[in-house]
Amino acid sequence: MIAENGIVIAFWLLAATTIGCALMVAAVRELVQAVLFLALTFVGAAGMYIVLSADFVAVVQVLIYAGAVSVLMTFAVMLTPAADRRNSETVFQVPALVLAGLVLAVLVFVTLDTDWAISDRAAFSATAASLGEAFLKPYVVPFEVASVLLMVAMIGAIVLTQEDEPPPRRQEGE
Amino acid sequence: MIAPLLAFTLHLEEVLVVGAALFAIGLYVALSKRNAIGVLMGVELMLNAVNVTLLAFSRFIESEQPLDGQVFAVFVITVAAAEAAVALALAVAIYKHRETVNIDEIDLLRW
Repeated sequence: MIAENGIVIAFWLLAATTIGCALMVAAVRELVQAVLFLALTFVGAAGMYIVLSADFVAVVQVLIYAGAVSVLMTFAVMLTPAADRRNSETVFQVPALVLAGLVLAVLVFVTLDTDWAISDRAAFSATAASLGEAFLKPYVVPFEVASVLLMVAMIGAIVLTQEDEPPPRRQEGE
Repeated sequence: MIAPLLAFTLHLEEVLVVGAALFAIGLYVALSKRNAIGVLMGVELMLNAVNVTLLAFSRFIESEQPLDGQVFAVFVITVAAAEAAVALALAVAIYKHRETVNIDEIDLLRW
């Protein structure tokens, strides 16, 4: 339980921002605007991480999500200029809405119904040092696997977007 | 006993409900959008919701190693970044061949 008034108010403001922007991602009719609202959602989530005393994760969130992933998505939108950018829905809109509502109902029910083992521990102090230790001691194998995964993803992305042999492309009048 | 005029408290359940709402919105976006990049946005929203949940548990739940939740969150962010890079590269690669990234028009594997 967090009892400081300021922190609780900050959490609810950030939660409202995050969920509002997430709803706008679903609602706006322009894909570029959806990407911008998604970036705002990421920033709001980073704020919530700070409230939950995860300072390092919040910084990583801003760097990777609000920075890199948003830019990557903007680039992907810009590199597909002839594609449909209306951010429209497929025929599965209503089933998706129903399913999302059901998932929300189940999650909320389970959350409120479960008797959680709550700790009254104080907030973590600066977590970066302890996280670094955790990564290089008990979690060193997953850490290295994650490095390999990032490497593979990088090579894969380069190979996928590589210009394939030029002659057949020329015939299409580009 | 003098109670303070405004005493707000934040409990685990409230954070989890916010995470659940974010997850549900992400699920709706991922299932309903026509543009593949829109679908990917939904997936990213869901991953963020999972991170909110992980960090809430890390903060509030009784545990021997409470910081492990944050370690998990960093791994989730790492994998999400890799996934976003590959997925967007796939979208661009498909666009080069078909001039569209609409998931209902990419039916090459349908029989």
